[in-house]
Amino acid sequence: MRFVLHELLAHEQIEALPGNEDFTPDVLNAVLDEAGRFCSTVLQPLNRSGDEQGCRLENGVVRTPDGFKQAYEDFIAAGWTGLAADSEHGGQGLPATMDALFTEMLCSSNLSFAMYPGLSHGAYKLIRRHGNEEQKKTWLPPLVEGRWSGTMCLTEPQCGTDLGLIRANATPQTDGSYVINGAKCFISAGEHDLTENIVHLVLARTPDAPAGTRGLSVFLVPKFQVKADGSIGARNGVTCGSIEHKMGINASATCTLNFDDAKGFLIGELHQGMRAMFTMMNGARLAVAVHGLGIAEAAYQGAVAYAKERRQGRALVTSQSPEESADLILVHPDVRRMLLSMRSQIEGARALSSWVAARYVHSQRNTDARARQDADDFVSLLTPVIKAYCTDMGSEAANLGVQIYGGHGYIREHGMEQFVRDARICQIYEGSNGVQAMDLVGRKLPAHAGRYLRQFFQPVAAFIESRAEDPALAEFVGPLSKAFVRLQKASAWVAANGLRDANEAGAAASDYLRLFALVAMAYLWARMAEIALAHQSSDDGGFYRAKLNTARYFMQRVLPQSSALFACIVAGGESIMGFDDDDF
Amino acid sequence: MSINCVAVLGAGVMGSGIAAQVANAGFDVILLDIVPDGANDRNAIAAGAVEKMLKTQPAPFMDPRNQRRITVGNLEDDLGRLAQADWIIEAVIERLDVKRDLYKKVDAVRKPDSIVSSNTSTIPLQSLLEEMPESFQRDFLITHFFNPPRYMRLLELVTGPGTRDEAADEVRDFCDRALGKGVVDCKDTPGFIGNRIGVYWLQCAVLEAMRQGLTVEEADAVAGRPLGIPKTGVFGLMDLVGIDLMPHIMVSMDNLLSPDDAMREYFDVPELIKKMIADGYTGRKGKGGFYRLQRDGAKRVKQAIDLVSGEYHDAGKVKLESIDAARSGGPRALMEHPDKGGTYAWRIMAKTLAYAASLVPEIADDVIAVDEAMKLGYNWAQGPFELMDRLGPSWFAGRLRDEGAQVPELLERVGEARFYRIADGRRQFFGTDGAYHDIQRPEGVELLADVKLRAEPLAVNGSASLWDVGDGVACLEFHSKMNAIDTDIMEMIRKALAIVPGAFQGLVIYNEAANFSVGANLGLLMFAANTAAWDDIEATVRGGQQAFKALKHAPFPVVGAPSGMALGGGCEVLLHCDAVQAHAEIYMGLVEVGVGLIPGWGGCKELLLRWWDNKRRPGGPMPVVSKAFETISMARVSTSAADARRHLYLRPDDGISMNRDRVLADAKARVIALAEDYSPAESPQPALPGATAKTALQMAVDGFHKLGKATDYDIVVADALADVLSGGDTDITETIDEDELMDLERRAFMSLVKRPQTLARIEHMLETGKPLRN
Repeated sequence: MRFVLHELLAHEQIEALPGNEDFTPDVLNAVLDEAGRFCSTVLQPLNRSGDEQGCRLENGVVRTPDGFKQAYEDFIAAGWTGLAADSEHGGQGLPATMDALFTEMLCSSNLSFAMYPGLSHGAYKLIRRHGNEEQKKTWLPPLVEGRWSGTMCLTEPQCGTDLGLIRANATPQTDGSYVINGAKCFISAGEHDLTENIVHLVLARTPDAPAGTRGLSVFLVPKFQVKADGSIGARNGVTCGSIEHKMGINASATCTLNFDDAKGFLIGELHQGMRAMFTMMNGARLAVAVHGLGIAEAAYQGAVAYAKERRQGRALVTSQSPEESADLILVHPDVRRMLLSMRSQIEGARALSSWVAARYVHSQRNTDARARQDADDFVSLLTPVIKAYCTDMGSEAANLGVQIYGGHGYIREHGMEQFVRDARICQIYEGSNGVQAMDLVGRKLPAHAGRYLRQFFQPVAAFIESRAEDPALAEFVGPLSKAFVRLQKASAWVAANGLRDANEAGAAASDYLRLFALVAMAYLWARMAEIALAHQSSDDGGFYRAKLNTARYFMQRVLPQSSALFACIVAGGESIMGFDDDDF
Repeated sequence: MSINCVAVLGAGVMGSGIAAQVANAGFDVILLDIVPDGANDRNAIAAGAVEKMLKTQPAPFMDPRNQRRITVGNLEDDLGRLAQADWIIEAVIERLDVKRDLYKKVDAVRKPDSIVSSNTSTIPLQSLLEEMPESFQRDFLITHFFNPPRYMRLLELVTGPGTRDEAADEVRDFCDRALGKGVVDCKDTPGFIGNRIGVYWLQCAVLEAMRQGLTVEEADAVAGRPLGIPKTGVFGLMDLVGIDLMPHIMVSMDNLLSPDDAMREYFDVPELIKKMIADGYTGRKGKGGFYRLQRDGAKRVKQAIDLVSGEYHDAGKVKLESIDAARSGGPRALMEHPDKGGTYAWRIMAKTLAYAASLVPEIADDVIAVDEAMKLGYNWAQGPFELMDRLGPSWFAGRLRDEGAQVPELLERVGEARFYRIADGRRQFFGTDGAYHDIQRPEGVELLADVKLRAEPLAVNGSASLWDVGDGVACLEFHSKMNAIDTDIMEMIRKALAIVPGAFQGLVIYNEAANFSVGANLGLLMFAANTAAWDDIEATVRGGQQAFKALKHAPFPVVGAPSGMALGGGCEVLLHCDAVQAHAEIYMGLVEVGVGLIPGWGGCKELLLRWWDNKRRPGGPMPVVSKAFETISMARVSTSAADARRHLYLRPDDGISMNRDRVLADAKARVIALAEDYSPAESPQPALPGATAKTALQMAVDGFHKLGKATDYDIVVADALADVLSGGDTDITETIDEDELMDLERRAFMSLVKRPQTLARIEHMLETGKPLRN
């Protein structure tokens, strides 16, 4: 993490942006160290027990698993909820890069727990961006403190991906507030016992609103009314009808919420609800990408530990420890393949998501409007890529983790199967990965005649060109360059054919997204290799040697997938769309 | 006798516009009007009209110098001059007594066999001639031009029973060849064809919109593009022609039409319109019309009138499912849609098409005349009968029947068949005799569309085709979207270079789209730049340079035959042709700087070499460089073929066809003429001044920048252009060849396309259609 922050992304010069001046590497490292300690000593121990026990709904009250409330109190006492919040609202104002790394640790240790503060931060960002001054004053400080938590209430029984179908309604009152009625489902942290109040952000329709998504507005609906002095008042008309029994993240309360004449307040402009939601979507999707990454890292750490203690069979060529009854499974090529596959993609994905986070910081805090726009273009383009790729990768890594454990991975005791179950939701929530792929090819690619692409392709092309003559880098830049051309050609193919027939774009979307992610990581691996090469002479502990060799693995054993993906993309969609519906 | 000198009587908008078009065609014109009361200058009206036309937009003159061909005078002192005129066009006020009086005076002075015609649109020929001798009647006809005469292609020609055939033939031929008109023979009935049907359509569409409660914007959105009608629709068109005109026309129609004519159903002039006219809201010429532009700070906001309240509101975007349905399903899907747009479309078109069908043969001999009149006079993409063919005549008749409406006899007779068909590779129409007849083209009119009915292309790909257009001439046709030039077109040029030698005498580059070509496909270029596909871009630039160069030096003559716009790459391909046969209305230019680029397909090179070859240029290389620089850096676009000559986009010996239907035949003739003793063009090798010239050009640009006439980035683009045109690092002691100029051009292009400001300009152009001044 330090390497990514201080070396790989040094040129992003996050610390030079206004508001970041105080965050010297020493300060940031201290925060990372403390975060690591907290996560491993307080949250990680609750991961399995929380999964076993789950949440319970008793008389309309949701109880989180044992230990969660105490852990949450410790969490807010240490100030973690305000890590990335602005200082004017009581936060510490750390940049999004730090937030991403911290979130990764949280998710590695306990994804269910991470959901609660994660949603609060999402609510914080939406209110900060779209709320009026009074709303910000009322709602933000308690959210930042962690005394209150937040939710996002979008999904309804009849509408998931297609929000245009939302029925929840909001009726304006004479005092300027609204009365909200309707039912929402799959609401994470919708009801729980961790905080004294819950701030629901609800997408609903006003009586005369246009049909579809254009008629939606965001309303803030608190669990308890708040009095003028900020203290908790009467209970509002929002109740938890049930909680879901799920495949994973069992310690995260997933609620059905009923709004019965609940009092709510319009956030932002009327009928601009989707826009308001979209402005926080980039941040939220970046967070979910990190969910996948966090699980993958936990699975990798578990798998490495196991591979270094579990003895089975002999090495194929030379036994590594003939004195023992068997060699460590670490000697087996296929185990090593699995570990390196996990590691090279995890480190690549961490570099990539951190790069996006760094550009996100620029999009928010750079003083130059043009630079903000460029950074925003980049973030818009890469957000679906990292959301889908990192969560797919999280699931794959969790599965490989189980595989390395063998039968012991399949039983509950070692916790590896929980990663598989927990990781699975990340591919679905916050816009399923198929939707991310459609977003990439349908929205991001064609936007402004491909302008978003420029922020990725031109710097990468410049890097390749400037390193083309460097023999030491050839083993990295060579494969990168070839894969980059594939991505260029695939982009042109998708643009040309997708414009002609939207089904072609749709059929290519997921493969294209993955190709994009691989090439982006290849670029970052080449850059990481370049840094590692420069540190070969002063490499205590072999950190840079391992980087270099992971980079080699990535270039030789992961990146070649780009050829297959390219072939799939340009094969076109006929075999998909031409298949007779009746034959399914 | 042939027509060499024309006189126009009456210097109103129509008369003066007709005179300008005759002058545009290269003929002398006498323009006379009355002597104003108490004027010093007795020719003031005619002279003033010419003066005014020099400032009018769109310009009546193709070249301001054409005004010299007009001799102005007055109807008292200069009647004697009419003795010189071969054709006398009367375009005075629409009053029978005035016209009759004038004819008598004209008849007294005109030379024998000279032709007299009236531009009347409301007075029957029969009435005009009532008091005139038979000798006059023999030479008299009606020639009804549409406004503005330069741009509207329709000319309605009406002869009387006494008109001699030769008089009609001569005028028809002159209007067709010299004035570029589509001449449609009409019968002597009220409003002839265009206005009979056009006015019916307008009145019906206005009144039905009011009756059915559509907004102005909705009505225009439906009765426009989805029906192949200009996007001005109904109300926008009323604003354009003048709302106050309608009541006048309705009065004249009332006087002339039979008591049972179907148009009477739509004779009302609504109170709102009466009030608008009374208050001066007569359309664009007045304070506003159904639309107006309202200043809101620096912005101009388009507003539309509420047809009920008469109040203006900001014009809204129209979203109707029926319009979406029309996008894929055409006019029939629109009319079948149950929403108010569909209901409205059906109502007005059912009425109008049935009316049109009921008028043949009353107003015209055949359906072609009606279709041509509506296409050329109202810019409909399809005429009424072509529209009925798209709907399916039997479907249309069936629906009329279902609604209890009368099915016109001609529609009844066509039954399950269509009004047009293709038989044996020929386009045929359904005659009033119930049989199909070949459509006859005038001699010298050749259309690629007709060739396509009879033959398969010699080669074809997604953007271009190669055709055998007869007489040993091949034709390269562009048909990409907007005829944008892309790699497929380059590929087809290479194919042509392989196919033409031996098999054909030469090649014509021609197409029948609205625009010859609007240039390179900017969307593709932008996408390639955004994905940093620099090698692909460079390969495309190089490929284009090589393909165009190969055209230029091909062992056979290549003649470009453009009409409409030929911009950017579309202009560059023409600059490489051995000769150009252009339609008179050609808007040609190297406009690349508007998107932060320079011409990269040999355009810089060719324009430079053209100025170098120009015999009338001042001495030394500097004027050559300056002229090319000025033309390209200002992104000059010609306003006509005549204007294109001034910029050397066209050479003095390049041909101009006034009628776009004649461009292909004229271009073919040019190929055949060139093919005799043909030797391929050789490029000169100029000695260019290099750095010294560049410095001079830069100083000039800096001057513009200081005056605020050039932006910061204009300087960067101009600098790259100056580098190419001055010859790079050459100096005056060396010559520079074509390939070196192409290398310079390509390098400069590549340096610009990598800059974000250039990409910002392209993006802005793609998204707004307007240049970005960054």
